[in-house]
Amino acid sequence: MTSTLRSPSRMSGADSAVRPDSASGGALARFRRALADGWVMTGRNMSHVIRSPEEIVIYFSLPIMFVLVFGYVFGSGMAVSGSGYREYLLPGVFVMTMLYGLGATASGIAMDVSRGVVDRFRSMPMARSALVVGRTGADLLRALLEMATLVVCGLLVGWQWRNGLGSALGAVGLILLLRIALTWVGIFLGLVVPNPDTVGVIVFPLAFPLSALSNVFVSPDLMPQWLGTIAAWNPLSATVAAARELFGNPGTGGDSWPAEHSLVLAIAWPVLLIAVFAPLAVRRYQRLSR
Amino acid sequence: MTTDTPAVVAEGLHKRYGTTRALDGFDLTVPAGTVCGLLGPNGAGKTTAVRILSTLLRFDAGRARVAGYDVTRQPEQVRGVIGLTGQYAAVDEVLSGRQNLILFGRLHHLPVRAARRRADELLAQFGLTDAAGKSAGEYSGGMRRRLDLAASLIMTPRVLFLDEPTTGLDPRSRNQLWTAVRRLVADGTTVLLSTQYLEEADQLADRILVVDAGRVVAEGTSAELKARIGADRIEVVVRDAAELGAAAAVVERFAAGPVEVDVEIRQLGAPVVERVAALGDIMRALSDAAIAVEDVGLRRPTLDEAFLHLTGQRPAGVPSADQPAGAGVAA
Repeated sequence: MTSTLRSPSRMSGADSAVRPDSASGGALARFRRALADGWVMTGRNMSHVIRSPEEIVIYFSLPIMFVLVFGYVFGSGMAVSGSGYREYLLPGVFVMTMLYGLGATASGIAMDVSRGVVDRFRSMPMARSALVVGRTGADLLRALLEMATLVVCGLLVGWQWRNGLGSALGAVGLILLLRIALTWVGIFLGLVVPNPDTVGVIVFPLAFPLSALSNVFVSPDLMPQWLGTIAAWNPLSATVAAARELFGNPGTGGDSWPAEHSLVLAIAWPVLLIAVFAPLAVRRYQRLSR
Repeated sequence: MTTDTPAVVAEGLHKRYGTTRALDGFDLTVPAGTVCGLLGPNGAGKTTAVRILSTLLRFDAGRARVAGYDVTRQPEQVRGVIGLTGQYAAVDEVLSGRQNLILFGRLHHLPVRAARRRADELLAQFGLTDAAGKSAGEYSGGMRRRLDLAASLIMTPRVLFLDEPTTGLDPRSRNQLWTAVRRLVADGTTVLLSTQYLEEADQLADRILVVDAGRVVAEGTSAELKARIGADRIEVVVRDAAELGAAAAVVERFAAGPVEVDVEIRQLGAPVVERVAALGDIMRALSDAAIAVEDVGLRRPTLDEAFLHLTGQRPAGVPSADQPAGAGVAA
């Protein structure tokens, strides 16, 4: 061996006051190290994407297809016809794309956990949170790229923001907040499923009705009353309605309580989802050492 | 840590999965700088022990210390000084070999440049430089295992856990891995090696612990255990039954245990320690005593027989071996 690296602890004694690098420092140092480890894992997950180009094609063709298929096929049959409907639809497609991203989160985590590599991560002096932070980081970066693709795509088919750049960025922020919340749902699902192949089987039947029973395609006011109520309270609807309002796109109306308070709900729902699923996922993750 | 502090200590470890007792009062002490072999059949508890000591698994009762750190209370410190290579290569299959090693280096908090340099060193050391850019998923079994070992050595660990590191490997890859482990030990690393192969424990370990049903049932150096197992046996058939007594006296001088005589087939059997040397010595002495030998054979105890001797029962999942291996004599 040309050189040997010893961790600092090798020099210091277990009984001396100097503790190993991995455990030294206060809460702030720990937090910084957790962020650094999370960032390294984010890079690892991004490398995965780069190493499988076919996945990139799928990632970006799906949102584009959503815009084209729903915009033109559905749009031709809608009351608000043509670019009017597409302007109504686009914020919905933004949110729906975030929802389907949950599948990638879940299968990414399930893949990690089912492979031996998770044992190596867990036997290393890295922050335990790094696996999850890295997943969230990579998925958020991906969500940003998807949003950029969708915005360009939307502008090409006649969608636009009408309330200024600030409000538009606010809308994008709310959509990404929902994506972060959905990441935790995905992490939990990824830890619960027995193997990575089952993820698709679980996520699609979950995501499809969730996106259909919302205001993504159709205003809940036009649905039968009981369906409309469900659709109005759907967490997706809150973000979509808030985004429409901030973008200045049509379809913000509706006199139900959730429709009138979409901005509040667009923050409350994701926070609630995180509050429920983050602890569940952490508990599940700790069960790996049983 | 002073050198006389054991590198690994386990005291009365218990671990249950439902009604199965994976570990049932498991004790172990590995002096620093030595190689300790855990020998046992599938399901004996070897992997459970390794996973507990490498902080991957909680346990129900007992105490465990690695490099002076308590496994339960100071897991982070333990993780800072150990390496782990299991029976399944724990590498990222999508990333290239080089990307894997850089990733693990970064997670050991090496700066980017140092992590890259270390990755290239290890790739060269394990003969993976040519495959550095290929996905680990496309590696052969032996290459993947080597990459896995390299990943455990990014920071030269104080204690290295090897959980059946050569299971399923071809002899060449196995020898390469053994060489790498010996080099590490020469550098001062303590190794805890679990294996199903007597030969592997024999090759690498200073001390061998025989594990069965979640506890250590025998412990000693390879030579000590072989002597207890009954070691290798030499079996001699003499031409003339009248010479059996004289032949037995000769064999006894080189045997590690009592000589058994079977008058019916004119055969002598006795355990020997240094099998080849003993064979030579005995044949020479018999020839000097002018005793005509019709047939001679050495046979080695199988792991199966070892277990029979040490545990009094056949290990689960190991078929019985009624046919003696390499016997030159009809038994």
